[in-house]
Amino acid sequence: MSSTTNPPTHHTSTIGAIGAPSRRNTELALLVFAVVIPVFAYANVGLAINDEVPAGLLSYGIGLGLLAGIGHLAVRKFAPYADPLLLPLATLLNGLGLVAIWRLDQSKLLQQIGQAGGKATNQLIYTAMGIALFIAVLVFLKDHRTLQRYTYISMAGALFLLLLPLVPGLGADITYGAKIWIQVGSFTIQPGEFAKIVLAVFFAGYLMVKRDALALASRRFMGLYLPRGRDLGPIIVVWMISILILVFETDLGTSLLFFGMFVIMLYVATERTSWIVFGLLMSAAGAVGVASFEPHVKTRVQAWLDPMREYTLSREGVQDGIVHSEQAMQALWAFGSGGTLGTGWGQGHSELIRFAANSDFILATFGEELGLAGIMAILLIYGLIVERGVRTALAARDPFGKLLAVGLSGAFALQVFVVAGGVMGLIPLTGMTMPFLAYGGSSVIANWALIGVLIRISDTARRPAPAPAPSPDAEMTQVVRPS
Amino acid sequence: MSELTLTVMRLGFLAVLWLFVIVAVQVIRSDLFGTRVTQRGSRREAARPQQAARQAAPPQQRGQQGGGRQRRNAPSKLVVSEGTLTGTTVALQGQTITLGRAHDSTIVLDDDYASSRHARIYPDRDGQWIVEDLGSTNGTYLDRTRLTTPTPIPLGAPIRIGKTVIELRK
Repeated sequence: MSSTTNPPTHHTSTIGAIGAPSRRNTELALLVFAVVIPVFAYANVGLAINDEVPAGLLSYGIGLGLLAGIGHLAVRKFAPYADPLLLPLATLLNGLGLVAIWRLDQSKLLQQIGQAGGKATNQLIYTAMGIALFIAVLVFLKDHRTLQRYTYISMAGALFLLLLPLVPGLGADITYGAKIWIQVGSFTIQPGEFAKIVLAVFFAGYLMVKRDALALASRRFMGLYLPRGRDLGPIIVVWMISILILVFETDLGTSLLFFGMFVIMLYVATERTSWIVFGLLMSAAGAVGVASFEPHVKTRVQAWLDPMREYTLSREGVQDGIVHSEQAMQALWAFGSGGTLGTGWGQGHSELIRFAANSDFILATFGEELGLAGIMAILLIYGLIVERGVRTALAARDPFGKLLAVGLSGAFALQVFVVAGGVMGLIPLTGMTMPFLAYGGSSVIANWALIGVLIRISDTARRPAPAPAPSPDAEMTQVVRPS
Repeated sequence: MSELTLTVMRLGFLAVLWLFVIVAVQVIRSDLFGTRVTQRGSRREAARPQQAARQAAPPQQRGQQGGGRQRRNAPSKLVVSEGTLTGTTVALQGQTITLGRAHDSTIVLDDDYASSRHARIYPDRDGQWIVEDLGSTNGTYLDRTRLTTPTPIPLGAPIRIGKTVIELRK
């Protein structure tokens, strides 16, 4: 909304309300910064482990810089008013993830058990695919409101994606416990990562239509608005589905993510605290209920309550039909030996976590080598991404965009919480990946798409509004009639 | 690699990482204050958000350019001395002040005899304040003469717009 004051003379100043500078140059500067930091870290790892600047430094730096540059040019062209922080923040996390994966690639121990070696190159390819999808979102999604048309198709699509791992023959038969992968050729894909975005589209479209019924038809009881029984329908359906995921795919993370995302969006759409209370109660009941009879989930809970016992059982090689793992304890030790300032890049021993050290447990590597100071910075960067998402939601002018932005950033925040909390022993461990940091194609690609959608919404939200229509109170000026 | 180098790199990396976070927060901070003033003159100064005195406050925020050069004997404020807005003052800091019924005017006149964009008051290159009629229906009067061209405003001279009278004071 720019109100220009009259024709230009020497001292005219243009006073624009809620400024809509495009901030693209800010983004570029931050992006350069965000590429330089991982390159520095990369050199640091090489110097610490091999005593020399790694040979791939230049190609790695150019690769990351090129990807970030292409992303930036796409934003400049297709979303010129987008938020200046989202792209650099995501690039930095992705770059740091690449460095950490490369650092674990150097570990002899992990190479022996086939958990490392060449993973960084793969991850760089996944990043390229992620950036490609990010650009595709910007190019083909001209206006996020078109997604609103596909509300119920998205619901079907999301359910399809969620149920894919359960299809016999398609679901990857891996001994990881959770059944959230599918096998296509030689690739394993985690459809849940993509379902997250599609589901947010459905929830946003659905709640936008139903919010009034959910918000207004309620009775007040003890300071809480109790919804009518029939309005509880949707939340119960989503709850049932997430419980089913928990039971059949034995994955607490995915289940928590979807239900949590729905509750967050429900709360934002209706402004009723009661939904949060209901949501917390229902998820607690569901989690406790399932954990009491599902053996895999039960093991996870036991490992959470007493990681040292699991560690000992695993060391002793106890065979009681349950896979015991020393990961949880090793991760805690990794954080502990990192201390406040960390051991420095390449000087920790996070490879002792062995299995999934570069995916689910990558945060432990950061915790050990960068210490509390580094982990705090990384969590803050995640926080900033979420903050920009919520800020985008606040600035968005249409309810669908608001809900979608809140849903996506809420899902992102929940995922970070679930993974970081799991690795740090705050909540039971789940099979999810740290967005951008962890090794894994689906996660990187899906999260770049998520950032793409957020950038599209923020572009629409921050774009200067078209000139306001002539003011309705612009009545005729009365003319002074000399009497 | 020597222990010292690695320690320096370790701490240096953490410092750089935190610097990035701080820079990012600074960008957010500059994004929060939504007003922006683009100075089209030769000198550019930092914009300082300041609430302009308006009666019928439109929902937008507004910024004014701060810290203008002040000469001796130069007026420092604009005072409304007659009309519904009597008592309103606007600090003169080198910004253009628009007067009229339009919602985006600096001083929104609730006056049937004022035009939507009635007049504006701005400093010329030397810092002398000028009043200019913007083709209003009923005209702008400086003292008793109706303005036809942009005219310098003497200190304390009444400018009449409809039923409103304003003047510049020290």
